[in-house]
Amino acid sequence: MKLNVSISPHVRSRQSTTTIMLDVIIALLPSVVVGVWVFGPRAFAITMLSVASCVASEYLYEKILHKPITVTDLSAVVTGLILAVNLYSTAPWWLPILGGAFAIIVVKMLYGGIGQNFMNPALAARCFLLLSFSRIMTDYPKIDGVSSATPLTLIKQDPTATVPLSDLLLGTHSGTIGETSAIAIIIGAVYLCARGIIKPREPLSVIISTGVFVTFFSLIQGKPVTLDFLMVHMLGGGMLLGAVFMASDYATTPVTPWGQVIFGCCVGFITALIRCVGGGVEGMSYAIIISNLLTPFIEKLTLPRPFGVKKERKEREAK
Amino acid sequence: MKENTPIERLYNGILKENPTFVLMLGMCPTLAVTTSAINGVGMGLSTCAVLMMSNLIISLLRKFIPDRVRMPAYIVVVASFVTIVEMLMQAYVRSVYTALGLYIPLIVVNCIILGRAESYASKNKPLASFFDGLGMGLGFTLALTIIGAVRELLGAGEIFGIHVMPESFEPVSIMVMAPGAFFVLAVLTALQNKFKAPSATNHGDKFCQGNCASCMDKTCKIMERSEDK
Repeated sequence: MKLNVSISPHVRSRQSTTTIMLDVIIALLPSVVVGVWVFGPRAFAITMLSVASCVASEYLYEKILHKPITVTDLSAVVTGLILAVNLYSTAPWWLPILGGAFAIIVVKMLYGGIGQNFMNPALAARCFLLLSFSRIMTDYPKIDGVSSATPLTLIKQDPTATVPLSDLLLGTHSGTIGETSAIAIIIGAVYLCARGIIKPREPLSVIISTGVFVTFFSLIQGKPVTLDFLMVHMLGGGMLLGAVFMASDYATTPVTPWGQVIFGCCVGFITALIRCVGGGVEGMSYAIIISNLLTPFIEKLTLPRPFGVKKERKEREAK
Repeated sequence: MKENTPIERLYNGILKENPTFVLMLGMCPTLAVTTSAINGVGMGLSTCAVLMMSNLIISLLRKFIPDRVRMPAYIVVVASFVTIVEMLMQAYVRSVYTALGLYIPLIVVNCIILGRAESYASKNKPLASFFDGLGMGLGFTLALTIIGAVRELLGAGEIFGIHVMPESFEPVSIMVMAPGAFFVLAVLTALQNKFKAPSATNHGDKFCQGNCASCMDKTCKIMERSEDK
């Protein structure tokens, strides 16, 4: 028998940053396609501008600073897509360009590039745009020629308002480009879980904890909690999109299994707090970037303890 | 330039050891009140007035104040002048007074004022101390006005309340909120580092001979190096 002797590693994965990013892009495509179908070609233009801005910013930044060019790992494309699905299709042409440049240069590259950012770049850019241009960023798009509020805005004004479930699932209601269709997002989520890119516990903990805390806060305030009300909270806003694509980002969320669950609960709690107690309508993007800041603490808290370490510490203390 | 002359002190305060850009003191009012150029001028000038008078009085009293209670003594002097300035502003420039709000009483604990009292006025003659206060105060005013003008220009499209940007410009209102102050200051410090201008983060023999105001703490690398020799 012939044995080959070689040094480690002995097990290699075919996965690389590029393949992971490609999977995320594939998973995002259904949402983008539905967005273009519902909101028209303008949504497509916004998406393309956002992606182009992110890729160009990364390329130019690395070119000017004489760093290795990393645009081929597709992470800038993912950032651009995530930023685009978070924008309304009524945005002026310069909004996705400015947002993409902010996401890549300020949030990602200044902190050291891919994997070093402490906050989700696309969401940080969305919050930057939301704070800077609040009027433009809440300009709801028209559906079938009629301007209408998003389901979450409706329910904020009148908790008994209802939105047909078929609209929520198919995405034929007002909202950002990618958030409207629950089915498209769930297709993406199933694909990502099947490919092993994300674990089901990450989105599920966000969704379940948001439901629990929304119910909790609404009951405290004495508002009626019906199934319709919960459905709008679950499917009508950016919750699903955030839970699947943003609360599962590798660089900015915990790596430990229990850490991911705690992170999801943090996101759910802050979202429910903003939606039910605070003045905001959406709250998901703020919830995720605030929870991003807690990631190092959550990881420290849930770090697995090496076998036998606890005993040693006790012995040392005894001495 | 001859040391401790009025002109040298003015040059030192405004350019060589500008309290905001070089010493990086008094960051709290710098970040908080520079939402517009006029607020920057108001804050800078009121601090300047307090700084001049407190430096003068502390320098006059420097031989009478016992070393052990010098901090409380400085605070009493500074707080008196801040109260006077606050009342004068309330009476004569009410709009600036309302805009600055809480930050006027907080001038008492501004580290530029205590820093100059401790590191300069308590060791030097009254006239030089007075001009040191004037120079530092004008330097602070200049810095706050520049930061305020940049934030006002980007965040509201105006400078000193006059509309200057074209109509199509959409104001980036985050620039007049708290994050905007950090953005402007960070870009400014980055530019200082890029052009190797003197600042609190740029240590080196080129910027300081071991006697600048930021060397007063014991951690200065240049002092350590000269002690090693």
